[in-house]
Amino acid sequence: MKDNSYASVMGRKNEIMKKAVGIDYSQYEIEGIAFDYERMMNEVGYSLEEVQKIQSETSVGNTPLVELKQVNRLVKLTSPKGKGARIFLKDEAANPSGSFKDRRAAVSVYEAQKRGYKGVIAATSGNYGAAVASQAAKRGLKCIIVQETFDSRGKGQPEIVEKARACEAYGAEVIQLSVGPELFYYFLLLLEETGYFNASLYTPFGIAGVETLGSELNRQQIEKSGRSPDYVVVTNAGGGNLTGTTRGLRKAGATDTKIIAASVDLSGLHMASDTDFNRKSFTTGHTGFGIPFATFPDRSDVPRNAARALRYMDRYLIVTQGETFYVTELLAQLEGMQRGPAGNTSLCAAIALSRELNEDDTIVVQETKYTGAGKCPSAQLTFARENGVIVRTGDPKDNKPGSEIVLPESPWQLHYTEMEMRKVKTSYIKQAIKQYGKSEFSDKEISFMSEDVKLTEQEIGNIIASIK
Amino acid sequence: MSEKAYKGQWVKIHNIILKSSQRSPNVPEDTKKVPLEMWLNGFLDQDEATLGEEVSIRTVIGRVVKGKMTEIDPQYDHSFGKPIEELIAIGPRVRAFIEKGDSNER
Repeated sequence: MKDNSYASVMGRKNEIMKKAVGIDYSQYEIEGIAFDYERMMNEVGYSLEEVQKIQSETSVGNTPLVELKQVNRLVKLTSPKGKGARIFLKDEAANPSGSFKDRRAAVSVYEAQKRGYKGVIAATSGNYGAAVASQAAKRGLKCIIVQETFDSRGKGQPEIVEKARACEAYGAEVIQLSVGPELFYYFLLLLEETGYFNASLYTPFGIAGVETLGSELNRQQIEKSGRSPDYVVVTNAGGGNLTGTTRGLRKAGATDTKIIAASVDLSGLHMASDTDFNRKSFTTGHTGFGIPFATFPDRSDVPRNAARALRYMDRYLIVTQGETFYVTELLAQLEGMQRGPAGNTSLCAAIALSRELNEDDTIVVQETKYTGAGKCPSAQLTFARENGVIVRTGDPKDNKPGSEIVLPESPWQLHYTEMEMRKVKTSYIKQAIKQYGKSEFSDKEISFMSEDVKLTEQEIGNIIASIK
Repeated sequence: MSEKAYKGQWVKIHNIILKSSQRSPNVPEDTKKVPLEMWLNGFLDQDEATLGEEVSIRTVIGRVVKGKMTEIDPQYDHSFGKPIEELIAIGPRVRAFIEKGDSNER
């Protein structure tokens, strides 16, 4: 009989993971923090062409790129003369389960099937669950989704409850847990019991799946405006969306496109807190995931995270919950597209950004998501009020995560707060010092960090010296 | 909701995965005070059972799992929420603004 205590199961983590993802990560290790990222991506992942073929087998991808003509009129009306970039939206809700996550799930589930696993498991409270369940259905594999759904009062976040419903609709078994990172412990137990494949968001498969999103939008934007997009805005949480999209753009030749990350501000709310859990009105695309994953990617459920946002990010813009709900309403009311709200974080940042850019610049907002009961703004705002959060119209600068959601009075008030990249990169180095328990790094480690955050080795050295 | 369920009926079970004392040392204080709980739906895998009883269920993928039966015919009750006047007001306001078409007037 195996010892299934918390400490014992966590102690078997590496052994369980190796069986469940079938990747021997040790072969890519260099030393300390350093590992051979590109070799791992090339050897384990799939080429753009292979991914296109895999995804076309299950009708994933080739989603429309839509010019937001009415939103762009509004942008022009609220911009100085000569300003107001054109915004285009990649309508990823057109994927089988309603989000870009189908791209990631398609490759993971293909891999699981190819290697003879009987089923797949994913630990996710997001749209990824529905995507894995949907792809597993298409390939005839069994599926378990493990979600963090309820607080200790048994109150479920409506957006997550809706995702549970969707997973069940696609034939998955849905295990719902209360708040806490020990979800991972239960996840390991399930992997061990079932022998299923861990369809992690953070394997090279999951990232290779998103690369087609970047290459497709590049081709579509060239068709529309004769050149690659000048800016691509990506909603940032775990970093996979940004990593995969940028890799796809680069592979397609869009080397000058600026990559802008966007997250909803949930500062001050603790992600593992039982009482904060239902004071969040966004369950993804927020700073509570975005910053921890950018500054220490290897915190994920696999030994080495293939999603490494700081390798690709040029700027990081933060918007508020109220502004994102407002923009979700604009998309429905002006463009006739009911989507989100989670993916609309990037649309919100794009609108604020577009007013500063030239009118012949182009911005692509690279994803949308399906919406409905539990997910739409009225559901989330009703839930917020029931949990003591004030919802009102006013100046979005007064927005306070967990206590006040302020919907803008007018579109001029849409703005972003720039997260200083230098600060984020310094946090990455502080995390490295903390996680590896040292402040002296080898040349190989410095070289790795330099690639991992897009700074020169000299700059990395200076930051380390300034922290010491 | 009836008190009794019969074999094959769709029910929800509940389990404590970790007691408060068994939780990870890294979780915040408020989370540490409460247990890690789990809920799962499946078909009742025994002749009959009463609400609150320890039962076996068979999930949709065929796993047999034990737990306390907390709900018979569990249903989803999440909704579109109540009408939010502050949201409803956004559409007419921006549409009127576009119609007016005044550029650069604040």
